[in-house]
Amino acid sequence: MKRTLHKWFWAWDFDKEEKWLAAMSARGLNLCGVSFCTYVFEEGAPGAYAVRLELLDRMPSHPVSEQYIRFIEDTGAEYVGSVLRWAYFRKRTDAGPFDLYSDIDSRIRHLNRLLSLLFVLGMVNLGNGLNNLIQFFVHGLSFSLAVSILCLLVSGLIGYGFLRIFSKRKRLQRERLLHE
Amino acid sequence: MASHDGAALTEAVYYILLSLLSPLHGYGIMQKVESMSGGRLRLAAGTLYGALSTLLEKGWIQTVTAERDSRKKEYLITDAGRAVLREEMRRLEELLYNGRNLLGG
Repeated sequence: MKRTLHKWFWAWDFDKEEKWLAAMSARGLNLCGVSFCTYVFEEGAPGAYAVRLELLDRMPSHPVSEQYIRFIEDTGAEYVGSVLRWAYFRKRTDAGPFDLYSDIDSRIRHLNRLLSLLFVLGMVNLGNGLNNLIQFFVHGLSFSLAVSILCLLVSGLIGYGFLRIFSKRKRLQRERLLHE
Repeated sequence: MASHDGAALTEAVYYILLSLLSPLHGYGIMQKVESMSGGRLRLAAGTLYGALSTLLEKGWIQTVTAERDSRKKEYLITDAGRAVLREEMRRLEELLYNGRNLLGG
């Protein structure tokens, strides 16, 4: 039996998403498919799988990503699917703990990838918002004002996410001063 | 070419190099490192992949084609990699020597 659920997670809450998927797995619902805001679960043994998310360097269909995904699969994990550049992997819990990263450096590198993505998205929205704000003042188009407010709100939200990940990275960097 | 400016290797890199004195594929490295460290060090696949890419770039390891399954890449340490390992062992010995001298034990 398969069950489909729709749920939204912010990109900076990916660990929250992993926790939710672990809680679903504990109820016997194991992730077997993903698409935008959509999670497909198969019923099975409770806690049979652990799921990890990773923001890939490139789109999953890119040869570099394909090679990476194959490498992860060869270590006993399964590639569940992906949403944009986010890849979902799962591994049977009876094969031991499942993590994609085992040292601070690679965790920091992953957060850097997320930070640059958020930075670009935030800047695009900020630029768009300011541009439309100018259009509103010059031409007085209320449509421009609406677009401007929307873009500025979105860039503010992304900015918030950026700061969340930024402080998380800072914590890791401080820890890195003491050990790996 | 083997020099890494005396900078410390990460624990993961040290053990990956040590495990590649004979050819292994990714999963083989994970298993060997875990058993060498008595189960203490469990390399995660993503971390391992990143380390292998960097080590290949540096020329400290090379890929060798596995005979049976060409899909799975096997890796092997190079002479440069061996030199780096030796240098690191000297560094670790110095750390231990000073620790034993001052703290004892």
